[in-house]
Amino acid sequence: MSNTEALPELEIPAKSTPKEHITGAEAVLRCLLAEGVDTIFGYPGGAIMPVYDKLFHYSDQLRHILPRHEQGAIHAAQGYARVTRKTGVCLATSGPGATNLITGLGDAILDSTPLVCITGQVISKLLGTDAFQEMDVINCTMPVTKWNYQITKADSIPAVFAKAFHIANSGRPGPVVIDITKDAQNEFFDFAYGPMKPIRSYNPYKKPSPFALKEAAELINNAKKPFILAGHGIQISHAQEAFKAFVEKTGIPLGCTLQGLSSIPSNHPLNMGMLGMHGNYGPNIKQNECDVLIAVGMRFDDRVTGDLSRYAKQAKVIHIEIDPSEINKNVIATVPVLSDAKLALEGLLPLVEEKTYPEWVETFHQCARIEEEKVIQKDMRPSASNHIKMGMVVREISNQTKGKAIVATDVGQHQMMAARYSDFFDTNQWVSSGGAGTMGYGLPAAFGAKLAFPEKEVIAYIGDGGFQMTIQELGMCAQWQVGVKIVLLDNDYLGMVRQWQELFFDRRYSSVELQNPDFIKIAEGFGVPGKTIDDPAELNDAIKEMLAVPGPYLLHVRVEKEGNIFPMVPTGYAVDEIVLEPETTK
Amino acid sequence: MEIKEYTITVFTENQTGIMSRVVSIFTRRHINIESLTTSESSIKGIHRFTIVANVTEEQVNKLIGQLEKQIDIIKAFAYENDEIIYQEVALYKVPTKIFSNSNRVEQIIRAHNARILEIEPEYIVIEKTGHQDETSALLSELEEIGIYEFVRSGRVAIVKPMERLNNYLRSLEAGAMN
Repeated sequence: MSNTEALPELEIPAKSTPKEHITGAEAVLRCLLAEGVDTIFGYPGGAIMPVYDKLFHYSDQLRHILPRHEQGAIHAAQGYARVTRKTGVCLATSGPGATNLITGLGDAILDSTPLVCITGQVISKLLGTDAFQEMDVINCTMPVTKWNYQITKADSIPAVFAKAFHIANSGRPGPVVIDITKDAQNEFFDFAYGPMKPIRSYNPYKKPSPFALKEAAELINNAKKPFILAGHGIQISHAQEAFKAFVEKTGIPLGCTLQGLSSIPSNHPLNMGMLGMHGNYGPNIKQNECDVLIAVGMRFDDRVTGDLSRYAKQAKVIHIEIDPSEINKNVIATVPVLSDAKLALEGLLPLVEEKTYPEWVETFHQCARIEEEKVIQKDMRPSASNHIKMGMVVREISNQTKGKAIVATDVGQHQMMAARYSDFFDTNQWVSSGGAGTMGYGLPAAFGAKLAFPEKEVIAYIGDGGFQMTIQELGMCAQWQVGVKIVLLDNDYLGMVRQWQELFFDRRYSSVELQNPDFIKIAEGFGVPGKTIDDPAELNDAIKEMLAVPGPYLLHVRVEKEGNIFPMVPTGYAVDEIVLEPETTK
Repeated sequence: MEIKEYTITVFTENQTGIMSRVVSIFTRRHINIESLTTSESSIKGIHRFTIVANVTEEQVNKLIGQLEKQIDIIKAFAYENDEIIYQEVALYKVPTKIFSNSNRVEQIIRAHNARILEIEPEYIVIEKTGHQDETSALLSELEEIGIYEFVRSGRVAIVKPMERLNNYLRSLEAGAMN
């Protein structure tokens, strides 16, 4: 291929501000301001120093948050983006600064989180010479970005930034990396900013075809046992109202995917609970019983489908999805609706008939009663050894925060418990690493969410394993006095792996036991107060005490050591083979 | 599902790094690229990749979906061999002395419809354009006599249906007007 690059073009309005002669570094900040950015999560270093120098003069307009590790920066930006649905912005230096972002990029692309990450790069003359802190960031980040671009000339900054922000938060959102050489940061040029010209190779505005809507409505109107799968796309496309109206008019019961949590209130009479490996009983088995499956903004992840070859074979599938590559990827759609979820739901609403399915809905309630008896009641009682169980903690916090708190989690057993037992009466309340399952995500992501909404309660559920992966971000919480409430559910194990070893590897506990530090002392060292509890009788008051603290706080809860999460659809099982109690796993 | 030889044409913006993105879509799925050729296309500013891979129909459909998901890729199409006219070019460098010893080489060149590009005191360069089995057949005959060097290009292909990309671009332009 030739080296002449087709640069994205800007549409500079005729009456735009006069061109100004500024450096590339300053232009970066001006672009961010033009895109409405007010917060940056970043870590300085050699190759990004010109931008940091200019940032010094913009500190009244751009708030810069310094984490203790670049991974903390990107997860914080993700948390910020997840609750605001705005694009999160990260800044990092070249080499290790940039590669430390990669886990977060991978997490963001799997969970459709809009990010623009700016990385410094060595001067363009040194590219390819193994210069100090030079790494091939474009190739390193290619598989984990929606788009990436290396800037070597200052005058391409405005157009590339406009394109980056457009791509990151349109269609199916995702992370974008812009790598800028240091000489481009230092170069002076005539700066002007304008909106993007449309990109011919990228059409994110997917409107439903009237034909597909008609077909979908026909299936829905003739269904006897329809079921809705509510995915992340509902919240991404701001379709909560349209979704609720659709659900209520059609009278169809629904289940939420992990990332679909908080797209409709937990106590909505048609919300039957969560799908997935540790989801609720009814929503899981009914996928293999319904006659029409309406999937909205979700991607049939293997944690949702279980054994794909035995998944929903009896059902006609309507798949509303904005990403064409997701349609027919895992599950063949009878009626694919390639569209933004909101537009599709609004389009369907006048076409669907008002209905109710009392008998069908009652079968979900029957399942819920079985689950209540076999699983939930047990999760809500202290263990035989009088230890607190994770579920008790989550439910009590949910009650005390009246289902209004933003719930951020790390990854593992506590995450599944937080998903199962938190009420969501608001929306955009669930901040969790789903597709990637990134341990260490919880604390910085909760920080980002709390920074976005200081007035909202933000609870970070974290296990003792994941906490130690980004524990240094206690420093970030303390420095900015961001009142994240950290609920550390500590069983001295990597609990989820231990559960698998117990169930599927004959209890061979291989490298899952942790010798933990004194977490309270560590938190105090960072300036974060906290308390340890291990008596179930202390739980409610300890939570009350935690919620009364305005700043960051660590509630260290010693929980049952070998608690397991049920129900469970073990790998290779079909969704209707979901296991409610430990004895019945093969 | 049956594995077939597919020719995948990918139309892209001319952007640094697009080659890596295209290739990684195959390597991530552990799919071997049999051959890959890039060139300009009939439309100014748009590059064209021609990729040959042995995959199932389901795999090729998913590859097309993943390719088109990339921002700077405009469109991708997959074709079976009966839908395209395709060629590969092969070059053979053989010792000049084998010509002087007999007329065998001349017969081979005639039979294979190959041609001589260059004659030097030490070696002769032969060119043969055709399908892979044809260039391979010539190779094996020349190998019997003695050969210095052999190289074969990737596949280039023209599709039998009228080029779908032009229609697509026209529809894009029409859409932009609305």
